[in-house]
Amino acid sequence: MQMEKAEPSNAEEMNSKLRKRNFWSGLLFGIGMMAFIDEVIFHQLLQWHHFYDLATPQIGIFADGLLNSFAWFAAIGGLFMFADLRRRQAVQMRYWIASILIGAGGFQLFDGIIDHKVLRTHQVRYHVELWPYDLSWNLFGAALLIAGLVLAKSSKERRSA
Amino acid sequence: MLHHYLSPVEPWFQLTAALLLAWALMFYPMLAIWTNERYKKWPVHRYLFWYAGVIAAGAALVGPLADTAHTSFSAHMTGHLLLGMLAPLLLLHGKPLTLLMRGLPTNAARRLSRLLNSHFIAIVSHPVSTAILNFGGLFILYRTDLFLLMHQSTWIYALVHIHVLVAGYVFTWSILYPDLTAHRHSFRLRAAVLIVVLAAHKVLAKSLYAMPPAGVTTTDGEMGALIMYYGGDAVDMAIIILFCYSWHKATAPGRIARAI
Repeated sequence: MQMEKAEPSNAEEMNSKLRKRNFWSGLLFGIGMMAFIDEVIFHQLLQWHHFYDLATPQIGIFADGLLNSFAWFAAIGGLFMFADLRRRQAVQMRYWIASILIGAGGFQLFDGIIDHKVLRTHQVRYHVELWPYDLSWNLFGAALLIAGLVLAKSSKERRSA
Repeated sequence: MLHHYLSPVEPWFQLTAALLLAWALMFYPMLAIWTNERYKKWPVHRYLFWYAGVIAAGAALVGPLADTAHTSFSAHMTGHLLLGMLAPLLLLHGKPLTLLMRGLPTNAARRLSRLLNSHFIAIVSHPVSTAILNFGGLFILYRTDLFLLMHQSTWIYALVHIHVLVAGYVFTWSILYPDLTAHRHSFRLRAAVLIVVLAAHKVLAKSLYAMPPAGVTTTDGEMGALIMYYGGDAVDMAIIILFCYSWHKATAPGRIARAI
């Protein structure tokens, strides 16, 4: 049948590809979602983050631009990949949610360590004692990441059980 | 903006622009209705896209916004978003090239498609070329004295506006394929180019926030930069959704080989 040609012939290979797509869909959506939450809550609502802080080095501006535009694409692309999994009836919900947590936690940690501290794009908040903010920022990111990894492991065990 | 820098845009610019816009509004439906006799009926939504696109471009070129843009950087930036990002996206969905192909006599249509298939078009319509054309133009406009010169000579003013529209049009075309497209490239390449251009757009907006072009006041410059940054995000969201949707359609199960 002509339709069969499009898909990998081997059912196992197909399963592994779809499982990977569950991961990538969740990961990308998690990254994009976190970047969006960061923008809405910390830039717009609380206005803790600054659009531009004069201390930012050039490289920080470039890195931030690239990260944000990638995240913008990832949020939308991740959801379209999810739609693709739905129409293939290949959604592994537990694993997908685990991947979202990994993406979101990973983004939060990256933002907290690389953006805020290494590249100094901007700080969590200004005119305050900074370390409690940095610490809770990164702990929250780590918590999301660990929760995601645990959930991913449990989804694998459930599948093999 | 500081007024002593300016000399007013001469009236011939707005008159010519208005005339061209009127032609676009008139000839498009004429051609569509005329070719309906021979082909399938031209869908209504394409007229709407075309008209919306002409109106978006028109708002940036003639009338109150264009007048204010001469003294206000925020208004200028709003106009450029309309002219360089929104208008191209809307106009392309009116599929003007498809319509033109329908209307041309066979021989002329063949010549046109031979031109579209040429090496020259392959090179200039490559996503990397259109990205450089599009972003390079913006960079030169805002980071050199061109911005100042534009407000002193109507000819330069006209050239800059034509460039913004044309560069935005070919860039959007090379990322999405809303109209006839001769040379196609992978989703991966186009996604990468789109992300890099969007990033460069954000970086430029931040650099304008910190350091507006000569003659622009700080508050006006900051407002214009924010409009560029977030307005760009909004139009880009539409482009990304359309892009992903075209991926979604192209990779439907059973549709093509290498679907997954």
